[in-house]
Amino acid sequence: MARAISTRRKVAFTALAWAVGFLIFFPIYWTILTSFKTEAQAISDPPLFFFFDWTLENYAVVQERSNYMRFLWNSVIVAGGSTVLGILIAIPAAWSMAFVPSKATKDILLWMLSTKMLPAVGVLYPISILFIQAGLLDTRIGLILVLMLINLPIIVWMLYTYFKEIPGEILEAARMDGAGLREEIFFVLTPMAIPGIASTVLLNFILAWNEAFWTLNLTAASAAPLTAFIASYSSPEGLFFAKLSAASTMAIAPILILGWFSQKQLVRGLTFGAVK
Amino acid sequence: MGNIVLEQVEKSFGHVKVIHPLDLEITEGEFVVFVGPSGCGKSTLLRLIAGLEDITGGAIRINGGDATDVPPAKRGLAMVFQSYALYPHMSVRKNIAFPLRMAGLDKIEQDERVEQAAAVLNLTDYLERRPAALSGGQRQRVAIGRAIVREPAAFLFDEPLSNLDAALRVGMRLEISELHERLKTTMIYVTHDQVEAMTMADKIVVLQAGRIEQVGSPLELYRSPRNRFVAGFIGSPKMNFLENDEASKRGAYAVGIRPEHIMASSTEGAWSGKVGVSEHLGSDTFFHVHIDGQQAPVTVRAGGDVDLHHGDAIFLTPDEERIHKFDAEGQRLA
Repeated sequence: MARAISTRRKVAFTALAWAVGFLIFFPIYWTILTSFKTEAQAISDPPLFFFFDWTLENYAVVQERSNYMRFLWNSVIVAGGSTVLGILIAIPAAWSMAFVPSKATKDILLWMLSTKMLPAVGVLYPISILFIQAGLLDTRIGLILVLMLINLPIIVWMLYTYFKEIPGEILEAARMDGAGLREEIFFVLTPMAIPGIASTVLLNFILAWNEAFWTLNLTAASAAPLTAFIASYSSPEGLFFAKLSAASTMAIAPILILGWFSQKQLVRGLTFGAVK
Repeated sequence: MGNIVLEQVEKSFGHVKVIHPLDLEITEGEFVVFVGPSGCGKSTLLRLIAGLEDITGGAIRINGGDATDVPPAKRGLAMVFQSYALYPHMSVRKNIAFPLRMAGLDKIEQDERVEQAAAVLNLTDYLERRPAALSGGQRQRVAIGRAIVREPAAFLFDEPLSNLDAALRVGMRLEISELHERLKTTMIYVTHDQVEAMTMADKIVVLQAGRIEQVGSPLELYRSPRNRFVAGFIGSPKMNFLENDEASKRGAYAVGIRPEHIMASSTEGAWSGKVGVSEHLGSDTFFHVHIDGQQAPVTVRAGGDVDLHHGDAIFLTPDEERIHKFDAEGQRLA
């Protein structure tokens, strides 16, 4: 018997899905819209949805007041660097947890995850002191290290779950074929896990790109990424919503575009049809 | 060279002993089959030889050298897995070339040897395909290709045919046997199928619950099984076991007689009974007969033309020369 899903239910679910989608998208839409308004229109009541004087003035002012490219470059280096470093550390870690687990593996995984439950501000003081003493304050390398460390549990977890789905026999076959540990991980495991690694990389890049607590607290000028760029527009001199929105739009645009083009990679599964 | 010696090899997982201390010698060029019911430790034993599991006691010698602590990559053995375990992201060519690449051979020699192996295994037309685009039999051939290409000291097969359908299995069985004839390399082959064991092996190792029950040529095991377990496991259909009167009359706790060593007749014989089920295979007929005074039915092999059916009276006469006698512990009596 065919599944009895009525057209009416399909329509209802579709409408619901669109509604949820729109709800999630709305703040981004509103930010982008506001960035094209004048400051007066940005705070007008009732809010203006489409019919207002479209202007690029905010972008011009933002570009004039701050050096967008420098912030962007810092964001790219910090997010990219922490992701690459994190992946290089997490692949061997996840390999050992997935394929040669010990009694403590589950506990270690949970313990790693538990560090994410600690409010970041709880370790602000010790980390700041460490940064000052090591001369890492307001340096890109310092940010790369701290962002890598805070995201490492998530990278290891994600890779661990992807690796778990790879049949261990294939790795054993590689061992029988004369592959050492390094060859096994780089020539066999990693290429097989590419879709999983890609989505992990992407998610981690987004997380690092959006991270605001540490990037704001540990930087001043030279290493400040786009989060600091946005924050500089919610200033004590009063809120300039239109300019803030323009700055926000410029900050999220790269990651939005990246996300759009890698949608497929994000949802692609791990199954290849290798075994049986 | 492919001489493998196990000395008091044992394996435990935690507190569970899966392989009890055992000795075994596999000589150069032999085709050895490990056979036993599932969970008997035959695959574990193979993995111990491969080095994929560490032994918890004893020693493994390969070609005279102590290989106990040598990692699998350095033991010079090749293995064919039940699931084939091909590298899904590589073409057939790259799959077969992988061991050569790991051994550091140059590209030209790699290609040459891959082409040779592919020709032997009828894979030449598929070299550029990915494993996902191959049938089960072809994947199995690629797995074998990957094993033969580097000329190992010995081949290890872990139930390589159990994922194939029945017709293909018989074909691949012959191919593997032929490969052995041609290469003369030591092969260790794990299976739960005693027909594969009987047809392929030079030497069969029967395992049960982590212990070796008997080692011998197929016909040795068939003709003089050391105990009831081996007697029942080797041969198809299974040997019949009779206890009580029939056994004590012959001075044993139990006697065993194979279905092919009993004569069936519709008119006269030593034992009388009724046909329970008759299986007509064309060439042979198997009767499952309920004999007066015996609980379990006795299986008998008769010619394809014997025309008896359920409920018919039947008379059986065992070949006294070929009756096996066992004591209460199941051990063979001389």
